[in-house]
Amino acid sequence: MTNLISKKSSETKVTEEVVENSAARSAENNPLANEKIAIEVEKLNLYYGDKQALYDIDLQIPEKKVTAFIGPSGCGKSTLLRCFNRMNDLVDIAKINGEIRMDGQNIYQPGLDVAELRRNVGMVFQKPNPFPKSIYENVAYGLRLQGINKKRTLDEVVEWALKGAALWDEVKDRLQDNALGMSGGQQQRLCIARAIAVQPEVLLLDEPASALDPISTLKIEELIHDLKKDYTIVIVTHNMQQAARVSDYTAFMYIGDLVEFDNTDKIFTNPSQKKTEDYITGRYG
Amino acid sequence: MMDNEVLGQHISQQFNADLENIREDVLAMGGLVEEQMSMALEAFTKHDSAMAQQVIDNDDKVNDLEVKIDEDCTKILAKRQPAAGDLRLIITVLKTITDLERIGDEAEKIARLAKDIATGKTSAIDGKLHYGAMVHLGEHVKKMLHDALDAFARMDVETALQVAKLDNQADDEYNAISRQLITYMMEEPRRISEVLDFMWSARALERIGDHANNICEYVVYMVQGQDVRHMSWDEMSRKAREAQ
Repeated sequence: MTNLISKKSSETKVTEEVVENSAARSAENNPLANEKIAIEVEKLNLYYGDKQALYDIDLQIPEKKVTAFIGPSGCGKSTLLRCFNRMNDLVDIAKINGEIRMDGQNIYQPGLDVAELRRNVGMVFQKPNPFPKSIYENVAYGLRLQGINKKRTLDEVVEWALKGAALWDEVKDRLQDNALGMSGGQQQRLCIARAIAVQPEVLLLDEPASALDPISTLKIEELIHDLKKDYTIVIVTHNMQQAARVSDYTAFMYIGDLVEFDNTDKIFTNPSQKKTEDYITGRYG
Repeated sequence: MMDNEVLGQHISQQFNADLENIREDVLAMGGLVEEQMSMALEAFTKHDSAMAQQVIDNDDKVNDLEVKIDEDCTKILAKRQPAAGDLRLIITVLKTITDLERIGDEAEKIARLAKDIATGKTSAIDGKLHYGAMVHLGEHVKKMLHDALDAFARMDVETALQVAKLDNQADDEYNAISRQLITYMMEEPRRISEVLDFMWSARALERIGDHANNICEYVVYMVQGQDVRHMSWDEMSRKAREAQ
């Protein structure tokens, strides 16, 4: 009996040590140790009908940095991105549990103002989708929705947002032209201008450059670099070199799991997980 | 962790083939450099001027291989944008061939001196003691080079660590030789210039040991992604073994 007890207590001690060690290790290895956290994802599961698309995602997105999600098609990276402004609410069969917190508040709590959330978390999609309106009206749209119609305010914001999206010099003389007459790269920058016009805190970019030529792509990447001074940016991309170029942190996802999250430099030179290595070096998984 | 098995697992067969070719070229260059070093040492101890000349002529081959491998690596960087283990392999190759080329130069240095001695431009210093110590140091760094290349070929961190450990011994042997030679110079000041030639050869051997040591550090980087340069052997081995 005594033996049993002493054995048990020594076991407890071992467990405690293991816990302490792993806590110490995770503090030491935590790539976000010096970052302020903008978005916290905890035990997030997402189902499309019976099919589970995200499994127990735990993730922190640092503020005013660029975080890239990479992974093969169908790994859940876009699904996860869409959770951040509750775009998945629009999919009838999507069911979510777990928490996503911004400023300490769970964005899935009942009664949350989704319109306000989406103002705060802007999104740009793969294919540029400007409204069939003038360049000016595209950027002013979000403000008009908020009831801001004063011309001087709108003029100022339109100019500021277009400058922020590195588009102003190209379009300042034709603000009243239809946006659909712009090139694909310009349209995409217009969409970014439209997103930042309402001054969100977070920008979600879902493959923002995959439909663009290399020069336009570089302009978008340059823009992302400039925008991170003011915004927390999360980008989904299939182009791994792009993730390596534009992001500070990279999350690798695989069939609904978050496999690895780390500094982008670490992920692309010496990833810890074999699955990550196989993916970024183009090997059979 | 990088190992030989993953090298051929790219979805692109062409990429597999390119990487394999580069690796084979590095090993061929390593083999050539090893041979150069052996021949230089033999020419030195046996006063064989023909063999020394052969080493001098062969240095071009070493240089050509360096240029070719450099070009192939540049092409891979430009076309494939390698990442992670592949990137580390290319970086390791680029650095390794620089050290191999320098080893080739050191071998050539020894060969030129051997030729001068053999053709009587410089007279050999007497005393078996010096030659014996020199041959011993030569065999020691030859083994280092051989094993370093082996560690590279097999992506074997443990072998790399063993070679790196041998470098201290090479340094000690070189220091012992140079002390002996200094004593000799004090005794026979008229022969200082000849003894200095001898000293340069010993120095060349010691440098070859350093280059072999560098290659071992690159191997650790290639396999584990850890930078173990500029640290003591104890520190290097602890870091590398922890990561195993």
